[in-house]
Amino acid sequence: MAGLASAFGSGAMTNSIDEIDNARVLFVIGSNTTEQHPMIGMHMLDAVDKGATLIVADPRQTQIAKFAHIHLRQKSGTDVALLNGIMNVIISEGLVDINFVKRRTENFDEFEKIVSGYSPEVAEKITGVPADEIKRVARLYATEKRAMLFYSMGITQHVTGVDNVRSCANLVMLTAHIGQPMTGLNPLRGQNNVQGACDMGALPEVYSGYQKVSDAKARRKFENAWGRKLPAKPGLTLTEMFDGALNGKIRAMFVMGENPIVSDPGATHIREAVKKLDFLVVQDIFMSDTAELADVVLPAVSFAEKEGTFTNTERRVQKLRKAIRPMYGAMPDWKIIAELSKKMGYDMGYRATHEIMEEAALLTPSYGGILHHRLDDFGLQWPCPDTNHTGTPFLHRKKFTKGLGTFNPIDFVPPAESADDEYPFILTTGRIYFRYHTATMCGRTSTLKREEPECFVEINHKDAAKLGIRNNNKVRVSSRRGEIVVNALVTDKTPEGIVFIPFHFREAAVNLITNTAVDPVAKIPEFKVCAVKIVPLLPKPGMRQTVLYDKKNDIKILLDLYEESEAEYEG
Amino acid sequence: MEKISTICPYCGCGCGLYLHVEDNNIVGVSPLRHHPVNKGSLCVKGWNSFEFVQHPERLRYPMVKENGAFKKTSWDEVISLVAGRFSEIKEKYGPDSIALLSSAKCTNEENFVLMKFARAVLGTNNIDHCARL
Ligand code: SF4
Repeated sequence: MAGLASAFGSGAMTNSIDEIDNARVLFVIGSNTTEQHPMIGMHMLDAVDKGATLIVADPRQTQIAKFAHIHLRQKSGTDVALLNGIMNVIISEGLVDINFVKRRTENFDEFEKIVSGYSPEVAEKITGVPADEIKRVARLYATEKRAMLFYSMGITQHVTGVDNVRSCANLVMLTAHIGQPMTGLNPLRGQNNVQGACDMGALPEVYSGYQKVSDAKARRKFENAWGRKLPAKPGLTLTEMFDGALNGKIRAMFVMGENPIVSDPGATHIREAVKKLDFLVVQDIFMSDTAELADVVLPAVSFAEKEGTFTNTERRVQKLRKAIRPMYGAMPDWKIIAELSKKMGYDMGYRATHEIMEEAALLTPSYGGILHHRLDDFGLQWPCPDTNHTGTPFLHRKKFTKGLGTFNPIDFVPPAESADDEYPFILTTGRIYFRYHTATMCGRTSTLKREEPECFVEINHKDAAKLGIRNNNKVRVSSRRGEIVVNALVTDKTPEGIVFIPFHFREAAVNLITNTAVDPVAKIPEFKVCAVKIVPLLPKPGMRQTVLYDKKNDIKILLDLYEESEAEYEG
Repeated sequence: MEKISTICPYCGCGCGLYLHVEDNNIVGVSPLRHHPVNKGSLCVKGWNSFEFVQHPERLRYPMVKENGAFKKTSWDEVISLVAGRFSEIKEKYGPDSIALLSSAKCTNEENFVLMKFARAVLGTNNIDHCARL
């Protein structure tokens, strides 16, 4: 969350989920909240029932967009232009909270210069959103005190991801929608403990609590606590690690509970990289594509078999309790690492997880008062600096974490890859309701499998008609990097010229074909925009299906036989 | 039947739920009534959050690859093997030749321990997680 940190000095959701119910305006950008964060979506719909206005900006007709009073369908990758257009209106119509801007922020003038170039008409040209809509949203959002802004993967996964987030931060500061209940800038984070993994320093440049490894004072503190000399140079990010493996700099990897081969854009490249390693250890609860390639696989336990804490997207640290004994011969991840560490001559000496949290609390100011025995009810929201503190429901009340909030002047940069004659469609990817990241957990939950059983590509019915594709036809989707074969889902959810594939299907691994361009600051790979072409595959006449009979297991397998029909539909 | 209060493992909402346990078996799920996020509801993922836990395909023992196939091994042996290989590689190519991927599905404590292991034991800052995605 580099964008947010550069504006405010902190990268978490600024406000709390239960404030949503009483907000008056909810502005949701690039998040299909009711599917991705269903219970946050529930609070939003509760607010709508109480009369709040829901504004959704998303190129797709997502589920939450159906509930929206206003749905802005900006072209994929043009969020910055849309936000600049909205801010242009706010400035030109005198809706800026001048007092707030003067007292609490810096760099307004630079920022204003850039935004002045984005009149609603200019923004309309870039984004495709009518100028009147832009004006309407600007007025609604700026004039209501209790207005909350939300965003998610939809805007962080662009080459301009950091810019998008900074633009959101600009908007929030311009209207003083921060530091008060029922306002704020609220990133909705995907997996259950993304926030916690970042807070605890599972990042190449910081220790826990975002203390920089390059800062001598912070480093000394951790060196004293751990009794070892620590490296000062920031490490490699995920993407750089795989590049490193390819060019021989990285020789060994330890992967805890992740399956990067499916969840990473440019998965072909990662598979190559992983194969080059001298030594790969994967620790997981199921065999995964990455584990298949490992030299050593270690069985870990699931959430139901361990103790510890998770931090949700509103900074709430909550206790996980062990319900059953570890299955089979599995061991909790922390124990495996501690054993390994001991064998390598460093005894961490933990007897239980609460001792780990005690150490983390000592070394991490924002977690200072977060100890297991204090989390019994519904946890605590950080910052919680000491054991008398009862947690912080909303941030930046009197001042920003970094002092003054910084306006970042941001110009619109077109997406790294745009459609052309050869690859006429823009492919976007995302999550759907019933699945969770890569399918290692959900793929094994039969109730969930039934709901959305096969990978598909959503395509607008007009495009489908042009290509002769009917619902459920097999199609081949190819980009400059690779191709996959999936079923077509003909719909009006996706606008013309754009197709959508959910990214958690191991069977189709959409990441094989997405773009590996990376945001220069946050290094989030761009999965959202990638140019593709689509070719329908038709069953061969007379041999539509073949039945294979697997005697041993008594299963019949239906095999569809397809041949490509490129020639038929060209011209 | 026992009801254990815990947290849904699926998304960043962090809903509170009870796992219903009988004889070391999870038999059901129900939402925490007063939880500030889910207020007595769960989404379909939450209601099914325990199904995968006791799945027969769960990994059962540590495994080492020999001649392209996985072989069962013991915890003692595997810990020695991994510790040995990491030490060797660190010795030969330097600490920055090793990289670690942590997980946004693991607990805070596990993330803390892994980052401590990377920095204090292996001596590298090459640690990241898949949440950039
Ligand atoms: S119950 Fe649903 S909304 Fe709540 S944490 Fe689980 S997946 Fe997220």
